[in-house]
Amino acid sequence: MICGENAAQKGRETVKKLVSTAFASFALFCLSTAALAAPPIKIGALFAVTGPASFLGEPERNTAQMVVDEINKAGGVKGRKLELITYDTGGDATKAVQLANKLVKNDQVVAIIGPSTTGDSMAIIPVVEKAQIPLISCAAGSKITEPVKKWVFKTAQNDGLAVARIFEQLKKEKKTKVAILTVSDGFGASGREQLKAQAAHYGIQILSDDTYGPKDTDMTAQLAKIRGSQAQALICWGTNPGPAVIARNAKQLGLTIPVYMSHGVSSKKFIELAGDAAEGIRLPSGKVLVADLLPKNDKQRNSLLAFIKDYQNHFKAEGDHFGGHAWDAVMLLKGAIEKGGDTPAGIRNALESTRNFAGIGGVFSYSAKDHAGLTKDAFTLVEVRKKDWVLVK
Amino acid sequence: MELLNQVTQFVISGLATGAIYALIGLSFAIIFNSTGIINFAQGEFVMLGGVLTIFSLNVLHLPLVAAIVVAVAVTTIIGLVFERLAIRPLKNATPLALIIITIGASILIRGLVMLLWGKDTQALPAFSGTDPISIAGATLLPQHLWIFGVTILVIVGCRLFFNHTISGKAMRACSFNRRAANLVGISVGRMVLFSFVISAAVGSLAGVIIAPLTMTAYDVGVMLGLKGFCAAIMGGMGSGLGTVLGGLILGTLESLGAGLISSGYKDAIAFFILLLILFIRPQGLFKKGETERV
Amino acid sequence: MKTDRIKFLVFALVVLLIPLPLSGGYLTNVLIFVGINSVLALGLNLLLGYAGQISLGQAAFFGLGAYGSGVLTTAYAMNPWLAMIAVALCVAAFAFAIGFPVLRLKGHYLAMATLGVGVIVNIALNETVELTGGPSGLSGIPNLQVGSLTFDSDLKNYYLVWVFALGMILLSLNLVNSRFGRGLRAIHDSEVAARVMGVNARLMKVQVFTLSAFMSAIMGSLYCHVMTFISPSSFGFSMSVELLTMVVIGGLGSVYGSILGALLLTLLPEMLRTFQDYDIIVYGLLLITMTIYLPGGLAEGIPALFRRLVPVRKVTEGSDA
Repeated sequence: MICGENAAQKGRETVKKLVSTAFASFALFCLSTAALAAPPIKIGALFAVTGPASFLGEPERNTAQMVVDEINKAGGVKGRKLELITYDTGGDATKAVQLANKLVKNDQVVAIIGPSTTGDSMAIIPVVEKAQIPLISCAAGSKITEPVKKWVFKTAQNDGLAVARIFEQLKKEKKTKVAILTVSDGFGASGREQLKAQAAHYGIQILSDDTYGPKDTDMTAQLAKIRGSQAQALICWGTNPGPAVIARNAKQLGLTIPVYMSHGVSSKKFIELAGDAAEGIRLPSGKVLVADLLPKNDKQRNSLLAFIKDYQNHFKAEGDHFGGHAWDAVMLLKGAIEKGGDTPAGIRNALESTRNFAGIGGVFSYSAKDHAGLTKDAFTLVEVRKKDWVLVK
Repeated sequence: MELLNQVTQFVISGLATGAIYALIGLSFAIIFNSTGIINFAQGEFVMLGGVLTIFSLNVLHLPLVAAIVVAVAVTTIIGLVFERLAIRPLKNATPLALIIITIGASILIRGLVMLLWGKDTQALPAFSGTDPISIAGATLLPQHLWIFGVTILVIVGCRLFFNHTISGKAMRACSFNRRAANLVGISVGRMVLFSFVISAAVGSLAGVIIAPLTMTAYDVGVMLGLKGFCAAIMGGMGSGLGTVLGGLILGTLESLGAGLISSGYKDAIAFFILLLILFIRPQGLFKKGETERV
Repeated sequence: MKTDRIKFLVFALVVLLIPLPLSGGYLTNVLIFVGINSVLALGLNLLLGYAGQISLGQAAFFGLGAYGSGVLTTAYAMNPWLAMIAVALCVAAFAFAIGFPVLRLKGHYLAMATLGVGVIVNIALNETVELTGGPSGLSGIPNLQVGSLTFDSDLKNYYLVWVFALGMILLSLNLVNSRFGRGLRAIHDSEVAARVMGVNARLMKVQVFTLSAFMSAIMGSLYCHVMTFISPSSFGFSMSVELLTMVVIGGLGSVYGSILGALLLTLLPEMLRTFQDYDIIVYGLLLITMTIYLPGGLAEGIPALFRRLVPVRKVTEGSDA
């Protein structure tokens, strides 16, 4: 069988060579006549559009498609259109791997953006590394780019940066004892890991460490326990609807300590779900939430306002920072193709040399040592006041 | 003292969650008792109740009471259609085929709701405010009282229906022995239809009254259905007090487990105790044993 | 008996030849998972279709196999083959131990109990973060190796998985045609009658439960080495339900049916992709209509359909459909 494969491969390679020479001469001929008739550049996208992570995947898919359409409307990249091939992973690692293979082998894309979740991203990393196709993940887990993998980049801010932002504030307020309550899925687990790892560095002591299930409907038990402890603040790490339930339960129990949430709920949806109970809750957020409150000289301002306006026009909804991850990924890719050409290797090298790209998630500067590209300035601390966000000074 | 306060809160919260499980468990038991079918789409009825109420409230701009009536009525019709299209055509179906069909139906309903109303979680306003009520150092929300109230109403209603009306007695007859029921002139088919209708109504009602507390989305049915099923099994699949106690015990166990032992393992603790109950008393906690007919 | 042997040989030949025209493309990758799912479904079918015992926790054994191998080969750098055998034996022992109390239950109680086991195992995989990496998964699992041959491409993994699968299919075929298999079917028809006839029903049920757990664990090990990354969400309740669906759609009590079911359900999402978001609806509808109109599953349906369409010609379709 294996010998047969080798022989077949050799045969195929000869054919491939012939075809590619023919193609090259043909392409030369075409190029001289009409540049616009060049075939589109194929980009793959994997998002968890359905399943438990659809709150990430849906805005990401919408945004990616929107940005690609806008780019094509404006004439494409160096005169060539982009073609976005999107598949839905459903948040399932096995499916993500199959689909990554499909993008690489059948669709022959030059780069992949997504997946939405850390799990899916970790699952397909071996596939893209082997196929040598650049991947720009939209998931937050820091282990995606730590240690650095040659072909893997990411746009979502590392959880660690959000944790650092919260701890900094607590240190400023001289609060040293906290309770943490995290959701038992990939997002919560990653947050919990970072919270525990960084606490000592800021001189903070974690008094109680509890979790809740993603589909739980009542967290009063955990909160009653926390109420009974000496904690001076509660940090809760999760995505809707869990944190909204926690906010309501905390109000029910009359919990008086300040509550910090994660960037996982930084959208109006959280305020809508938690209602009055959201009042006074603080969270680290990407700047998209407070774009109109930013000073005029903020580097990201133009990108943010453009994204918000486009999203409003296309979907009649508020663009959130999840969609922003896809916006950043497509725009970074566009820049890389302009600079490095349309080969996977060219794109990768151009991505790695990207500096000071002001996107939605922050100002990206990739390097050979850093494929996440952001600093903790990517987060601002906001507070809910009168059903809206204000900046915490 | 602090610990005592905490434990009171755990128990009260657990009972409140347990009442939800009990109500859903009852809707499982109603179908099982007259048909022997475990309806894996039961959680979807619960979800429909909540989602349809929010839809009627926000899009059709109906007042709350009308919205609830519409939601329960529509879900009941869906239950009826489901029985007609998916259960009735199967003559002499094996229990397994029925499990698969109801799983198929749950996927279908979930998919339709997702397409029609999107994937976002939504909240229903509380029926009578959100000011906490304090009981023996623990707190409850007014919505919890609604849940307790409706659960009691449904139990009383079920009891009256199954013991004191002709239809109710006929449905019970079907569960004891279908052929004999048929022989004495009971239309078994109609009773099966009936049970789906009642169960869909109870399930959706449960979905409506918990939506202000737990919020709702197209995919909340799976976990709630599973817990309700668990409650029904603990109670021995009866449509009375047993299932309610099963639900309350399950809720309290979860809450105590989360508060006192480990929040991460709380579901595992609940399921572990369920397994123990099954091993020691396979007929449920509150039922006498039966010998198997050959 | 002879036709059975020929059938298997034809099937094995088809399996071994299929990848050649695909030339290592994307479909080869999908077919690896078809192989894994086939054996998982087959294991469940032995329990469900032959012995008549339902299990809604089958994914737990698959998950334990995957995590056992994953953890032993990464954190403890154990030889993967040794780990695979050790883990499979441990999982089998675990199944044997819980088999006695669990399989005493019947019908929906059994369904609930197996479901409970599945939930508990999944929670344990999620919560033992130090060992399993928790919900964010376990990465960096090595590929399998034989001498200098590393199973690192789709084509190599295809043959790796399917050689194992063919072995287990052959084992199952022999098993169901043996005295043991006849005993199982007797339990399916009436456990009391079987016991009266001198069949040790209780032990046999536990034995077949243990066997199906063993098969699932081996596939779990293969899965983790093929994927090189695993996370607990792949081994949850939905996976158990999916396996159940494969068995029922393929045909209860049919070895080849399970393979057909696995093939269909693994390829179905691919075929439905053209429906975009509507695929979940089509999936639900298919489940309902197939159970209503094709209660014997594909294993019964396809030959019947074939006979109706082509009345005289001899049927060899079952193997390459």
